Amino acid sequence: MTRITLDGIAHAYTRQPRSEKDYALRPLHHVWEQGMAYALLGPSGCGKTTLLNIISGLIIPSEGRLLFDDRDVTRLPTEQRNIAQVFQFPVIYDTMTVAENLAFPLRNRKMPAAAITARVAEIAAMLELTADLKRRARGLTADAKQKISLGRGLVRSDVSAVLFDEPLTVIDPALKWELRSKLKAVHRALDLLMIYVTHDQTEALTFADRVVVMNEGQAVQIGTPEELFEKPDHTFVGYFIGSPGMNFLPARVDGNRAYAGGGEIVLGAGYPALSEAVRIGVRPDFVTLTPGAGLKVQVRRVDDFGRKRLAHVSLGGVPLVATIPADMQSVGTEANVSFDAAHVLVYQNEVRVEGIAA
Amino acid sequence: MMDKPTNNRAWFFVLPVLALVLFSSIVPMMTVVNYSVQDSMGVNNFFWNGDAWFRDLLDPTSEIGARFAGALMRTFAFSAAALAVEVPLGIAVALCLPRRGWAVGLSLVVTALPMLIPWNVVGMMWQIFARQDIGLFGAVLTGIGLPYNVTQDPVSAWITIVVIDVWHWTPMVILLSYAGLRAIPDAYYQAARIDGASRWAVFVNIELPKLQKVLVIAVLLRFMQTFMIYTEPVVVTGGGPGNATTFLSIDLVKIAIGQVDVGSAAAMSLVYYIIILTACWIFFTVMTQLDRRRDT
Repeated sequence: MTRITLDGIAHAYTRQPRSEKDYALRPLHHVWEQGMAYALLGPSGCGKTTLLNIISGLIIPSEGRLLFDDRDVTRLPTEQRNIAQVFQFPVIYDTMTVAENLAFPLRNRKMPAAAITARVAEIAAMLELTADLKRRARGLTADAKQKISLGRGLVRSDVSAVLFDEPLTVIDPALKWELRSKLKAVHRALDLLMIYVTHDQTEALTFADRVVVMNEGQAVQIGTPEELFEKPDHTFVGYFIGSPGMNFLPARVDGNRAYAGGGEIVLGAGYPALSEAVRIGVRPDFVTLTPGAGLKVQVRRVDDFGRKRLAHVSLGGVPLVATIPADMQSVGTEANVSFDAAHVLVYQNEVRVEGIAA
Repeated sequence: MMDKPTNNRAWFFVLPVLALVLFSSIVPMMTVVNYSVQDSMGVNNFFWNGDAWFRDLLDPTSEIGARFAGALMRTFAFSAAALAVEVPLGIAVALCLPRRGWAVGLSLVVTALPMLIPWNVVGMMWQIFARQDIGLFGAVLTGIGLPYNVTQDPVSAWITIVVIDVWHWTPMVILLSYAGLRAIPDAYYQAARIDGASRWAVFVNIELPKLQKVLVIAVLLRFMQTFMIYTEPVVVTGGGPGNATTFLSIDLVKIAIGQVDVGSAAAMSLVYYIIILTACWIFFTVMTQLDRRRDT
């Protein structure tokens, strides 16, 4: 039962980092609350695995302090940290049975045999591994192996956090959903702090209470899946979350009006005078093709996803993705779009600007 | 033509290989088989002898049978001794070699050096090295009062031959083990740290199981080579003292070339060959089958 605090944690793999570019992880302050499920989301090489390994103690950070509750554990070795970690590729002990695998961390900590058996049975039941307990772990499927890796972490009753490093990478797509809901169920049952590293936004958004979006060694935004979707703080979050990502249009903003691609767009709030590098951002979900009203656009391509249809259009030369309403039958080469004012956001130098009031 | 599912003309392309194998292996081997069932009273005067050579050879009460049984036992003992030292030692050294940096290349080259030296050169080096008067090894041991004498004392001779093979061929076990160790993903070591495993537990539960496949190969190769040992004992001990280090291959040469007892030698070669083949086959099958059975 722990709260984990990152106090200015930063890491560089080179000895003497000279510029910001040398840092795999730039200074980060964050508190991971007990009982929450977090996802670290970002493209490959953004520093998320580095951060995870710092928490588990596999890497000692170059700067900053790591606190478990109020205890400084920055330099404490992994085995004394009460951390469980599940890796990208399932790690199992080949020669052992499933039961022996689960018992291994307890045996290493010299727990009495009877207590080990009871605890292993308990965890196996939770992970639905009971039927396989006597089998050799090596012959099992990847998802069962990954459950064993997780089980070896959970079996320790003193474990304070479970870290996942892209745990579903090698799992069959059909079984991913199942295993992920298993993780959710374990999270609810054990009330543990869980941190889940992934580059798959669906995994992150469905698993976590809070998502930390990372890019180039920085935490760009920390928020609920809804916040990331509705109000991305940074254009990167807008691009990265959502499929396809947010539309960004270079614009001039004047009060509660924006001018982009030769058209006037109504905003949900008023804005102070902004200097250059201003863009407006709007998710494709909040731009719709209309039969008549709205701004005139050229239609370039229509993507039919079955459940929904998206139109790639050009608004005065600026590319834009818009939703096609279900009742609109055919789309010609010309159309009109309307923007949902409440969901049109304003960005200056890639960062979102808060509106003043409508 | 092209729509035939199989085209037998493909066999044509295998012909060169068949011809090569025929002259390099099959013909010489059949000559040996031929000798083993015949007796000769003079040059090119052969007559049928049935399985008499084989019965003689495998009967421990006959003169040749006793000789064969003795040499066979010594050869097995030598293989066992060499493997018992080389495999654990090879693994231990592989575990100590550096994993990254410039030292990797250097230590691998140094490790591999003994393997590049021809057998008879190794034999000559040790023959001199082990001499009591001028050899560093022999003179030092004698100097500190140990009863070391390759030409007189069977124990000294045996130790020397085993040490030579260990010196010459442990590098192969080291290199194979090192490759096997390098192939283990880091996540295994990280998981073991999180699970609180001791260094010994990591070795037993991660490294040794992951090394199993390369070790099967290493043991097979080392068994075959030690079972065929010839040059080193011939150069260093000449098979002595007495016949203490007379292994199968040495005895075979003595019978075939020393005594020109072609029929006996041919029968012996075949039995020798079949023993190596059978031992390797049994070892390999048992190791792979055991492995498969444990999974289910």
